[in-house]
Amino acid sequence: MSRDDQRLGNPARRTFMASGALVVGFTFLPGRQALAEMVLADEGAAVHVGRGLDKLAGSLKTNPYLDAWIKVAPDNRITVYTGKVELGTGVRTALLQVAAEELQIDPGQITFLTADTGRSPDEGLTAGSHTMADSGSALLNAAAQVRALLTDAAARTLRADPAALTVRNARVRAPDGRSKSFAELLPAVNLHVVAKPTSPLTDPASFTVIGTALARLDIPGKVTGAPSYVQDLKMPGMVHARVVLPPAYDAPLQSVDESGARATPGFIAIVRDGNLLAVVAQREWQAVLAQRALSAGCRWGRGRALPQPEQVAAQLRQIATERIVVADTRAPMATPVKTLHATYGKRYLMHGSIGPSCAVGHMQDGMLTVWTHSQGVYPLRDGLAEMLSMPKDKVRCIHVEGSGCYGHNGADDVAAHAAFLARALPGRPVRVQWMRDQENLWDHYTPAMVAQVKASLSADGTIVDWDYALWSSSHNERVVNAGRLLPATHLARPFAPAPSVPMTQPEGGGDRNAIPLYRLPNSHIVNNFSPTMPLRTSAMRSLGAHMNVFAIETFMDDLAHAAGADPVQFRVRHMDDPRALDVIRLAAQKFGWPQKVRKPGHGAGFAFGKYKNLMGYVAMAVEISVERDTGQVRLERAEVAVDCGQIVNPDGVRNQIEGGILQSASWTLYEQLRFDAAGIRSFDWGTYPIMRFSSVPAQIHVHLINRPGAPFLGVAEAAMGPAAGAIGNALFDATGVRLRDMPLGGEPLRARIAP
Amino acid sequence: MIQLTVNGVSHMLDIDPSTPLLYALREDLNLHGAKFGCGLGQCGACTVLVAGKATFSCLMPVAAIGTRPVRTIESLGTAERPGPLQQAFIEHQAAQCGYCIAGMIMRAQALLEASPHPTDAEIRKHMEPNLCRCGTHMRILAAISAVSGSPASVGKPATETVR
Repeated sequence: MSRDDQRLGNPARRTFMASGALVVGFTFLPGRQALAEMVLADEGAAVHVGRGLDKLAGSLKTNPYLDAWIKVAPDNRITVYTGKVELGTGVRTALLQVAAEELQIDPGQITFLTADTGRSPDEGLTAGSHTMADSGSALLNAAAQVRALLTDAAARTLRADPAALTVRNARVRAPDGRSKSFAELLPAVNLHVVAKPTSPLTDPASFTVIGTALARLDIPGKVTGAPSYVQDLKMPGMVHARVVLPPAYDAPLQSVDESGARATPGFIAIVRDGNLLAVVAQREWQAVLAQRALSAGCRWGRGRALPQPEQVAAQLRQIATERIVVADTRAPMATPVKTLHATYGKRYLMHGSIGPSCAVGHMQDGMLTVWTHSQGVYPLRDGLAEMLSMPKDKVRCIHVEGSGCYGHNGADDVAAHAAFLARALPGRPVRVQWMRDQENLWDHYTPAMVAQVKASLSADGTIVDWDYALWSSSHNERVVNAGRLLPATHLARPFAPAPSVPMTQPEGGGDRNAIPLYRLPNSHIVNNFSPTMPLRTSAMRSLGAHMNVFAIETFMDDLAHAAGADPVQFRVRHMDDPRALDVIRLAAQKFGWPQKVRKPGHGAGFAFGKYKNLMGYVAMAVEISVERDTGQVRLERAEVAVDCGQIVNPDGVRNQIEGGILQSASWTLYEQLRFDAAGIRSFDWGTYPIMRFSSVPAQIHVHLINRPGAPFLGVAEAAMGPAAGAIGNALFDATGVRLRDMPLGGEPLRARIAP
Repeated sequence: MIQLTVNGVSHMLDIDPSTPLLYALREDLNLHGAKFGCGLGQCGACTVLVAGKATFSCLMPVAAIGTRPVRTIESLGTAERPGPLQQAFIEHQAAQCGYCIAGMIMRAQALLEASPHPTDAEIRKHMEPNLCRCGTHMRILAAISAVSGSPASVGKPATETVR
């Protein structure tokens, strides 16, 4: 930490989003004026923003120095850093575009580096669709300020009017042809300065990089087999490890017969500490065989019993002991003439990464390096240091891409395995990958949820009151201490996970998007949070928003029908936000809503959501088909309208929306975790089916509304809720049956609609 | 010793004959395109061509391959000079995380070599064994269609700018 950091009150180095969850408190100190201090609360640990930094853009609040983001080397090479990571959304390319635009440099000339505790800014987690708002806003402003500082230095050096200078490809030019490279200007400028609240931003009308569909940097390598993932890392002397995990939660390891594993060719070591057990071998397949032999030699005691799946909904109401009122508005209202109520259910789901989690650890000369696809290298670093009783500055976590995670999967846990094993075998890089069954059985599942809603209509078909309650356990078991890392809980002296705490509005956890954006004169909305979890849970793409938007949007359809109104018109009548109205109208228009004619067995549905009520706006109309004999449902077509503020990469937005709709369709129609009292049963893709090509839609059209100069709004999770709502409504339209328990397709549907 | 012919090159490997082809490709031959996904033949991330047929390399022991030629995604082109199918995947930006993509491309390659002009329905049926979790399916279908000359199933509307 530099002296300047201390002077600034050591701003905790973590994340921020431009639009979001901030709580502003005032600290009154005797004899001093009130100082605002901002606390940022999202996934992971809360972050305190240093005094005076709360006006800075995005993650500049927590990483205010310009040279933390942009470095100019003596050879005039430009390196740009983000503290975020690439999770497969293409956001690295979008962030590069932002920096390139304001630096006025060709994107190909920038070396762009992502999160690494050894050298990047600390932006906490890459989660919650925050990346463009946090890191994009920081880079936009940092790049503009760096360009301006260099331009001013050039004006002084060249004795020219700064307004007459132009910047192109890391060189500042005067009208008379004289020029200076950025590197040549370094002696005349100090980039180790705190950012200013305002920046000389480029007029959006003259953007040349932002707003273009720049091809993703990573795709050519990925489609040609170049090493692209942590799974592909190879290092001199690297050995392979596999772990043996308990057969059930809390099952104790009673005895191990190591003979089979020791007899495996290539065997190097068995590492055991309490219930943590692993085997290391020279070659990867040898490690797999040794793991099988070791696993066969284990005797485990009984673990904790799980509830039966059908008991979960009732049990949630008992274990949800924290009652949090997230909205309570009262206003005079017209007399209610019709009251509707409904209850919704969601089962546990899994992330289902195609590649099981993997990490490489290397202990060398007292320094531990871990290559990881974690969403948060800094929180992981802190957790590993605690687990291993090592100073934080002796642990370095470097992000390398992995298989898509969609939230808190096994990435951090396997990194802890790699760290533990690397310390046990110092000097040798140790690569650990979980097996498919381990990825499935030890996932942090997305919680089962229950939602209950009651609302009344006045005589003219207007909603006059809205009463909503949801029940859920934690969507946020991120690494805030060592005990949140699975291997640390298996040690002979185990670490205890930090207690589960609910996330707060406006971002919310289980209650994310529980507050409808519609005009509701009276509303009462309660998040019933369970601090205990029958199954391990944590964050998955959109958290509670998938369920809450599903419930809200399908109930809006019920209300529209009760009011005798068209569902789109009914939404328009209850909406004040003009940007919401724009996407609703655009999606309806592109779809040709209302659809006059239906094919037999087909239905149309509409839904809207503004992610977290803070981020991207998404409205969509979809068409589905239903086979009455089987209950098989297929999403056929979607027309989608999206507004995520200033668009940086339109094709990147489309790719995220398309993918979000398909993934949400899979969750909503087909997926549920199978388990019984003895354990989780969804150990493979046969016991946890997801969407395959036969169920893929024929058409999805994404229509973008650009807002030049407006703040970046996160979009990668914004389709999940609206897709679920639109599919639910289309299913009702097709069958006349209202289904409120997900998954909607399959046997329960067949039982209700079979001819 | 196991003899393997991979991407036109013959290799002698001193490995356990039961080793699945996937591990030999990745560890001995430095061909990282094929990925470990499930080890069960359920997801297709490990798909390569064995004698022209799309094959789960995670399940196929090297001893079972014999003289049949193996082809991996690395044989189709490089990032600098991608092959036609790879080029189509780049043009359609048909990847999100991309972990499944090498397997997708190799399964599609097997189809196009056997049947250069498949219908959309034939492509979907052929691709059924391979899983994608990011939901990139429609771009994958569009990229394959572009190479097969059949009409792409996805259109790309222009961005509409408000204000």
